Amino acid sequence: MSLVLQAAALGILTGGVYALMASGLTLIFGVMRIINVGHGALVILGAYLSFALFRSFHMDPFLSLVVTMPVMFALGVILQLVFIRPLKTDREALSVLVTYAIALGIEGVLGYVFTTNYVELRAWYETASFAIFGFHITYVYVFGFLLCLAILGALFLMLYRTAFGGAIRATMLNRTAAQLIGIDVDRVSALAFGVGVATAAAGGVVFGITNAFNPGSHYDLISRLLTIIVLGGLGSLRGAIIAALIMLVTEDITAVLVSPVWANFVFFVILVAVLIVRPQGLYGVRVRDRI
Amino acid sequence: MTEASTLGLRIGRGPALKALGLVVLAVFALLLPLIAPDPATTNIAVFTVMYVGLATAWNIMGGYTGYISLGHAAFFGIGAYAFGLLVIHLNITPGYAPFLLVPVAGTLTAVFAVGIGWIALRTRAATFVIVTIAFMFIVQLLAENLVKLTGGGAGLSVPYPHDWGGDFFNTPFYYAMLALAVIALAASWWIRRSKFGLGLLAIRDDEDKALAVGVPTRAFKLTAFVISAALVGMIGAVYGYYVTYLYPQFVVDPLIGISMVLMTFLGGLGTLSGPVIGAVLLERAQLEFAYRFGASRLYLVLFSAVFLVVILILPRGIVPSVADLVRRWRRPAASDATTPAEQRVAS
Repeated sequence: MSLVLQAAALGILTGGVYALMASGLTLIFGVMRIINVGHGALVILGAYLSFALFRSFHMDPFLSLVVTMPVMFALGVILQLVFIRPLKTDREALSVLVTYAIALGIEGVLGYVFTTNYVELRAWYETASFAIFGFHITYVYVFGFLLCLAILGALFLMLYRTAFGGAIRATMLNRTAAQLIGIDVDRVSALAFGVGVATAAAGGVVFGITNAFNPGSHYDLISRLLTIIVLGGLGSLRGAIIAALIMLVTEDITAVLVSPVWANFVFFVILVAVLIVRPQGLYGVRVRDRI
Repeated sequence: MTEASTLGLRIGRGPALKALGLVVLAVFALLLPLIAPDPATTNIAVFTVMYVGLATAWNIMGGYTGYISLGHAAFFGIGAYAFGLLVIHLNITPGYAPFLLVPVAGTLTAVFAVGIGWIALRTRAATFVIVTIAFMFIVQLLAENLVKLTGGGAGLSVPYPHDWGGDFFNTPFYYAMLALAVIALAASWWIRRSKFGLGLLAIRDDEDKALAVGVPTRAFKLTAFVISAALVGMIGAVYGYYVTYLYPQFVVDPLIGISMVLMTFLGGLGTLSGPVIGAVLLERAQLEFAYRFGASRLYLVLFSAVFLVVILILPRGIVPSVADLVRRWRRPAASDATTPAEQRVAS
């Protein structure tokens, strides 16, 4: 029993990282109606940027976010302007291919620069742990969770307390109507993509400090993130966060009760089970032609 | 019928030229192992024809109904594993006999596709894309985890014919792949002309309206999905026999899944000849990149660059764009009269 509780606690802590990464992905979908298949690769890119900063300047991984998040924000805006905006017809299908190509490009470049060997981000809190109610919890999970909470909080503040956030939400609700009331949806789309990619960088640091990764890790990551946002309902931030927690807690409990080999599998089985009952996901709205 | 062929009728020589071209192409494809018997060339030919078949099969679902599946690699893997397990457990002597099991592997793949399709087709558009990706990873994880059945990460060895040596080894596989590609093309051609195919195109244009005018959309979508999957499964079976060793990450390979999609987009989504042209061009480029830059991982960057250029410059694909150019060149005055619907059926 205590093992199950410990697994659940760990699931919640790691679920926070996935909630953060999935929020960026679902935000991008909500604003532009495109699936960013490159999100996993962008997370890994963020992790490698922090890795490079650590290797060259011994910069603390969490501190390096001050540098990597603005860089990744700019990269996101550029990617959107160059590759997503020119798509006029058949955007939904073509954007999948374009972002897939971006993922392959990032994987190739990272493989060229850093080789395909697994690496890990290092910091003092990576292995140090503390005991609570008889459980041993490594600091890094708690710090990572807190960081994710902070960034998610900032994201929600931006969305619900600023004019720009209002423009984003209006665009998510109805693109045409948003345009009609004078919102520059092209600008909102580019900036929202940048915000999504910047959160990917933050997710990348926490992911990289709790997992060994290589340039090919993005496949595994994107399949999980996509599963999470479909489970939560495409375009729903709340859904993404709750789905991330459900997924990771179930996964960690399965790893303890059944076997780690099947933990990954449960992830997808939950998705299939939910889709049979609710094709629109937990918080999704069933919109004709979209879902 | 299609825009291109009505044009041909008007010109008169069109269909004859087209038929002649097809005959030349068919003769070339049939004689290829005699013209260039060295294993390096026939190996490339096996993979090129394999991708022609895969892209054509994918197009039956993706191109005609507009439902983009990124998880067709799952069916490729199911076909390969079904074939490998049948050959091993039925104790079949390697040689020509295992080829007879290819349709059986296809049928088994179809059974899986009915189940997967039933669930996946409850969703549409973006969600469908993601669900197909999820299913691909489910199949990959199963192949890795059911160690007793599939051998897991250590791989599954499929017996191969030892007495086929030298230049001859690739030839039977080439003809098997060619036969499957022709079957896929025939199926695609027949569907395109049938009432069923018309229903699929109606689903692509507006699913709700199609349902309203009496197209049995669910049954049609599932049928197209299963046909497409069964063809991919059979091609996977021949691939499994050809490579003789099945590893989860190489048989259920996301890159194979995305390649057939990109080839179809490059040639022209929903057209008959598009996937063929796309496959021949892209497979050539892919092999070239892998051969020259494979070791340095730069080939991924090049592949992704080609990918991006294709989509940004030719979002509609080669065949529709060229058909458009030809039409404008033939009758410049009337080009304004072409409706979008007319352009869409051009093949």
